[in-house]
Amino acid sequence: MMMNGKHLSGEKPGSSKMGLAERITVRQSGKPIQMMTHQILGYPDFDTNYEMIRLFQESGVHLVELQLPFSEPIADGPVFLHANQASLASGTTTKQCLEFAGRVVTDFPGLSFLFMTYYNVVIQYGIEDFVKECAAIGIQGLIVPDAYPEESHEFMEACRKHRVEPVLIVTPYTTSERLAYLSAETGGFLYCAARKGVTGTKTSFGKETEAFITRVRGMARTPIAVGFGIQSDQDVRFLEGKCDIAIIGTQLLNVLEHEGLSGVKRFLQTIIPA
Amino acid sequence: MSEYKTIFQTISATAEAVVEDNGYYGNYGGSFIPEILVPAFAEIKEHFEAIKQDEAFWKEYCSLLADYSGRPTPLTYADRLTDYFGRAKIYIKREDLNHTGAHKLNNALGQAMLAKKMGKTRVIAETGAGQHGVATATAAAKLGLSATIYMGREDMERQYSNVFWMKRLGAEVIAVDYGSRTLKDAINEALRDWVSSFETTHYVLGTASGAHPFPAIVSYFQAVIGIEAKEQILRAEGRLPSRVYACVGGGSNALGVFQAFYPHDDVELVGVEAGGQGKGSGRHAARIAYGEGRAGVAQGFKTLFLQNNDGQMNDTYSLAAGLDYVGVSPILADLSERGRVRFTAATDTEVVEALEIIMKTEGLIPALESTHAFAGAFNDITESSGSDIFIINMSGRGDKDIFNVAEGLNDDEWKAFIRRKARQFEDGAR
Repeated sequence: MMMNGKHLSGEKPGSSKMGLAERITVRQSGKPIQMMTHQILGYPDFDTNYEMIRLFQESGVHLVELQLPFSEPIADGPVFLHANQASLASGTTTKQCLEFAGRVVTDFPGLSFLFMTYYNVVIQYGIEDFVKECAAIGIQGLIVPDAYPEESHEFMEACRKHRVEPVLIVTPYTTSERLAYLSAETGGFLYCAARKGVTGTKTSFGKETEAFITRVRGMARTPIAVGFGIQSDQDVRFLEGKCDIAIIGTQLLNVLEHEGLSGVKRFLQTIIPA
Repeated sequence: MSEYKTIFQTISATAEAVVEDNGYYGNYGGSFIPEILVPAFAEIKEHFEAIKQDEAFWKEYCSLLADYSGRPTPLTYADRLTDYFGRAKIYIKREDLNHTGAHKLNNALGQAMLAKKMGKTRVIAETGAGQHGVATATAAAKLGLSATIYMGREDMERQYSNVFWMKRLGAEVIAVDYGSRTLKDAINEALRDWVSSFETTHYVLGTASGAHPFPAIVSYFQAVIGIEAKEQILRAEGRLPSRVYACVGGGSNALGVFQAFYPHDDVELVGVEAGGQGKGSGRHAARIAYGEGRAGVAQGFKTLFLQNNDGQMNDTYSLAAGLDYVGVSPILADLSERGRVRFTAATDTEVVEALEIIMKTEGLIPALESTHAFAGAFNDITESSGSDIFIINMSGRGDKDIFNVAEGLNDDEWKAFIRRKARQFEDGAR
């Protein structure tokens, strides 16, 4: 396995002192790849979110990205866009999301939880208060795609201070110079968006993806995750041995909407390595 | 324009006065973009810096403005309107006479030229009232680029004549069917297109908002409005105006006309926002005038947005489709904070009343957006005297608004005509 292993220590996964990168590294031993799944909080409702997370734990998922909905989710494709807006229309608030996250972090200790949201949600809550609250409830990482790191010093500083890891994104279009910068700044892992575009469109995994991952691997100081357009077990098999984490988002929501929770269970069984 | 060199130097000097190098205007601006757009923005910044120094570019731009768009637009002395109120002398900057009927073409032509410089073959744009969409479709046709325009479904219904023209000009028009189905949603959708297409496509942002350097780019291409107005008023009156009024949606026409007057502290600059159904109604787009806009980050930049405590954007409303934007140019947010631009709002009712006065006294039909600037000036005019001079920027013409205005005026003859036409189409379809 191509783990960098720079964060290894003697601590067990789940130790409260262990950061996200470290936890991923320790957990990786012997696994072909770890899985990160995604949920938009409040969509279709919090009860379904909870049941999905229960399935994630039962199925062997390792990391869960909880998205706090935003009215202008510019990096999300139509499926997530709809879910963001439906969640907000049903009255979802930041406070509810934080309360829910606190509950699932406690109830599902085998999973690492991250928040994904947009910067304005964090800003309006209060940047430091938000990160501090995340730390208090056990959220280990934050993915905020429009918190452009050069412009978000307060956010990055708060993450460092409260030991919540800011996960940064790189793409095949990221220059080597910038890749070095983002690799140094990211926490937890480096999120590789496998292609241009928004979430939810199929990615054609092939030589170009492989070359991109190799380029990132050469620079990364943390584990690396690949997301955007993973839709099938073949996609996950392709990534095994190439990156540390595969991220499944939109396809999971598609399966939930068309086949319900039992469909999600079947889908997870096909994509997660035994 | 033979004096292109002077014009481009004046534009540079005028626009640079408000544009700061790092993309911030006081507390507002910046660049909060997803990582995938970093190379697209790097490319735009590089080429924008290059064209600023490129005399050939400005020569071609000025030539297009003069020989294609019809600039300079006149500054019309509104003698009958002046007599009507009996107070300040009123001059009207006639951006309605720009080809395609609004100031939007100044920017669309400039950015379409920039797109070609960058080797792009396609442009995309968002549009509210449709004027920026028409201008972009026009510039694309003129310069040989393909065009896709995003427009909220609600705005398409309100401004269908512009949809018709965009399509006839060869653009693809895509309806945005989520959110408030207005301008902010069209911007989001254009951004979604762009993150997938930036290698071949330039996003012609229509207003002085968005991530750096878009506010600067749009300010540059619109600076010509104020440069002309300043020269024209000096020629007509031998002095600068007391006040300059412009409507403010995103802020492109306002910055266009304000910039040249920016260094002259004795010229009061007044931005008029969409008061919709009034303060406290929750149905308006007065981010600054009603004091309800709060600093936040969305659509790639930091400015004052109408939002709730969780940072979710509120739905906005105005009779004028082009003004109901949830944010405002970061440059204007800063100028307001520094006290350089005063903000006020005009309600729908005041706008319809103002429109009737303008039509009957001056024979002009301003766009509903532009009529906000007039209504703002009319609301203030009792405080003025005969020694004052007002310039009102008529950012666009109002024939696009015939359906909304007829509805607003409750015009029975028009409604009967629409019913007859509908019957004719139905009979023809059978």
